[in-house]
Amino acid sequence: MSGVFNKLWTALRGGVREIGDAVVDANGVRIFEQEIEDARANISDAKRSLTEVMANKMQAERRVKELVDAISEHEAFAVKALEKTDEGLALEVAEKIAKFETEKSEQDAIVQRLDRQVDALKNNIKNAEKLIADHERELSIVKTTESVQKATEQVVENIASNNSTLNSARDSLDRIKKRQQMRQDQMEAGEVLEKEFSGNDLDTKLEEAGIKGGKVDAEAILARIKSKKES
Amino acid sequence: MSKTQDLTCMLGDKNFEGHSFNCLPIKGEHEVLQVLVSDWEDMPIYLTVTDTQILCITYLCRKDEIKQDQLSNLNELLLELNVSVPLSSFSLVDDYYVIFGALATTSSDEDICKELVTLAPNAYDALEAIESYLK
Repeated sequence: MSGVFNKLWTALRGGVREIGDAVVDANGVRIFEQEIEDARANISDAKRSLTEVMANKMQAERRVKELVDAISEHEAFAVKALEKTDEGLALEVAEKIAKFETEKSEQDAIVQRLDRQVDALKNNIKNAEKLIADHERELSIVKTTESVQKATEQVVENIASNNSTLNSARDSLDRIKKRQQMRQDQMEAGEVLEKEFSGNDLDTKLEEAGIKGGKVDAEAILARIKSKKES
Repeated sequence: MSKTQDLTCMLGDKNFEGHSFNCLPIKGEHEVLQVLVSDWEDMPIYLTVTDTQILCITYLCRKDEIKQDQLSNLNELLLELNVSVPLSSFSLVDDYYVIFGALATTSSDEDICKELVTLAPNAYDALEAIESYLK
């Protein structure tokens, strides 16, 4: 990591428009992405080599095991030949064993060499993966910065084209306070209404108890009309 | 469908913790979505999707709205508040003080909704905190 935050800060201070070019590399984001792609290709090459090397190693190990078996088998033969005091046969067997041992030490050397290759390849892959992760993180910082700047430009332009400006903090605060005031007013109005409703409730109770008002009743009207007529 | 279109559809139908979302795509080469959270419509949230993140940004005020001799005091206040403010952080983008939240692109719908209904009231509170530093 080559101080991406410091570079970013310097670029932002300098009012650089193409942040990527200023931060990642003199040659810009595209080449940086190419490097990541190359590292990926290297990894897949290394993985292919790794399978080959491991296959070779398994083959060599199998040969070593065969030789170890052959050696112990022939040692037993030699013992038997000696038991039969056939010195000549025993020597012949011993010569065979010597050949096996020569080949075994060759194969052992091959296994060791392949082991070192496997380690080296695994190390390469690990390093390439770390490099990619670092590069990608760095690139994501840069790209995010650019996205945010572009998004901000778009938001500002869009609002400007609607004949308004991005709200100033004062305007926003005023509107928020007005809205809060309105909510408060609505709540109070609600309370007043509720009181009125419960007031109506009282009226109903009074009417029911015959204390206040009373129903308009046809018989009463008829009685009133009759009494007028009579008088 | 692009990620922002997905989000527009998802948010349009959602009712999250009693809030609904009003989405409006902002024209331009970059995909930006304006989101208004019900009850907090005065502080629009602008949502941008990058390769690695979903960024939700609310613009609080321009730098030049702040009393110039109070700038460093305000910066200190915002830095001190930064960790305590749930899910959202403060930043400067060009000339704007912003409050924002960043999510992984793999975040669930619920995570995104939670972010939005947290950011909006945070923005209200932030604006109130900034008020005494305004010109």
